[in-house]
Amino acid sequence: MAQQIVNGIFAGSIYALFAVGYTLVFGILDILNLAHQAVFMMAAFAALQAVLKWKWNFGPALLFATAIAGVLGILIYYIAYRPLRRRPDTYFSTLISTIAFAAILEALALRWYGARTSRFPLNTFPDHTFHIGSAAFTLLQAVIVAGALVLTLGLQALVRYTRLGKAMRAVAENERAARVLGIDVERVVLVSFAISSALGGIAGVMYGLVYNSVAPGMGHAVELKGLSVIVLGGMGSIPGAVLGGFLLGLVEVASVAQLGSNTRDAVAFIVLFAILLLRPRGLFGRRLVREV
Amino acid sequence: MLGALHAFYTQHSALIQVGGINAILAISLYFTLATGLLSLANAAFMGIGAYTGALLTMRAHWPFPLVVLAGGVLAATTAVPLGLPVLRLRGVFLAIATIGFGEVVRIFFINWSYAGGALGIDGVPRKTTWWHIYLALVLLLFICWRLRRSRAGYAMEAIRQDEAASATMGINVTAYKVAVFVAGAFIAGIAGSLQAHLRYIVDPNDYGFSTAVDILVYAVVGGMNVFIGPVIGAALITALPDILRQFTSLGVQPGPDRALASGIVLLLVILFLPEGLVSIARFRPWRRRQTTAIATQRARAGP
Repeated sequence: MAQQIVNGIFAGSIYALFAVGYTLVFGILDILNLAHQAVFMMAAFAALQAVLKWKWNFGPALLFATAIAGVLGILIYYIAYRPLRRRPDTYFSTLISTIAFAAILEALALRWYGARTSRFPLNTFPDHTFHIGSAAFTLLQAVIVAGALVLTLGLQALVRYTRLGKAMRAVAENERAARVLGIDVERVVLVSFAISSALGGIAGVMYGLVYNSVAPGMGHAVELKGLSVIVLGGMGSIPGAVLGGFLLGLVEVASVAQLGSNTRDAVAFIVLFAILLLRPRGLFGRRLVREV
Repeated sequence: MLGALHAFYTQHSALIQVGGINAILAISLYFTLATGLLSLANAAFMGIGAYTGALLTMRAHWPFPLVVLAGGVLAATTAVPLGLPVLRLRGVFLAIATIGFGEVVRIFFINWSYAGGALGIDGVPRKTTWWHIYLALVLLLFICWRLRRSRAGYAMEAIRQDEAASATMGINVTAYKVAVFVAGAFIAGIAGSLQAHLRYIVDPNDYGFSTAVDILVYAVVGGMNVFIGPVIGAALITALPDILRQFTSLGVQPGPDRALASGIVLLLVILFLPEGLVSIARFRPWRRRQTTAIATQRARAGP
């Protein structure tokens, strides 16, 4: 059981890291960035390429992948968001444009890297196993959980305490008022896309490393679970996404232990469904009702 | 002439049949989109239709027309209890809830051992012919055409433009929303049943999120405001691999590049033709010429 909890926390930390990026963009702009999963995948491939082809160490490879992800976020902003922001149905058109962006990235990955699953070499990360009671975990797992916590807490601190974070909240609250007050709205949104994507990219590298598989379609499962996580936590809430991520990780392992492995994937969506119908604002959501 | 048609059909029969089914699927989404609802549950409804159809044919030996109808009816029956609570959600939340429903259905099929579990159903007898598909399509197009200028059609458009105002005008918004949702499910169920009898297999993973997105792409690329739009979109996207095959000499790989091409088409359409490809037909220069013609006529007629 202790081992199950460790595994749950660990899967949860990746969900959390993926979902905070998702929820950051949603919280500020009320749009769902469905290209997030493709950035997640591309970053994993970028790190893999750096490690395998260029023989980089893991650290620089991770930085490189994060930078690539950030650049992809900026591209999403310029290509899939900015031209559409004046439309009356922004939520719909950006949903479509980000789906298109994701399809293009995925097709490019397929062209460049092939359809089969690639793996990081065995010695990418020092292999060391710890034991606490009956539970065992590797150094990599510990680093991932710690890293996810540091990054998500860092993001929360950024949004809460820095000037940029204040500007983000102002744009989320009322874009026009923010503009009148002299906030460079475009820049704030651009930076938010970059940060969101960079975090998604880190999540992708970690996922690829820990489950030892990198493939063009690797983002799909996480994308839909990420949706459950941000709905569970409350759309746009960063602490909600973190807590939701860990909760989903734990609920999944619990359901495997209690009900068998077939139900694991259904749990996320049953939770999603129940939350949307019973408590649409989630655990930490701000709004009660969405206006017309 | 007929010989040429026949040659064309034999060469492209698979494409023509799959394209017809995709067109029906795209129209199933048109109903909800025309009412301003972004539902991504139609792939799941299609799956329900496919499983119902395949099982009724193979285990119960029902006659084919009944089987197809049953696929639609069961999908529609599922849509009623789903739609009543879910359609209270707006915009992106409705999309998310329907994605969640779709995944639950897909996972249910994967775990349903009576219907072959993760392998799905194999060896469904081939009963669908091209005229079944196109009869259904023509019927649907006729219904859409009649609907457009009917009370219900206007109500749908009003709800799409402003839900609160429509309710104030006395339109029963909930009833219309549930009705279009159920109608979409019925059509998707029929398409699923037809498709199952076209290609021998029913695979649970063919009814997931990516299929839901494909259906949305047909509708968006063609255009969502006119019912013919989804059909054009479905035809174009379905024919895309064959179109790409013409360019293999330029280094195009029809397989992997299909997704690339459809992604680029989708992006270009949403950026530059938000009303879809059908809006090309209403191209400006033509309209200007027409209005000038009318103006000249009026001028000639005198005051």
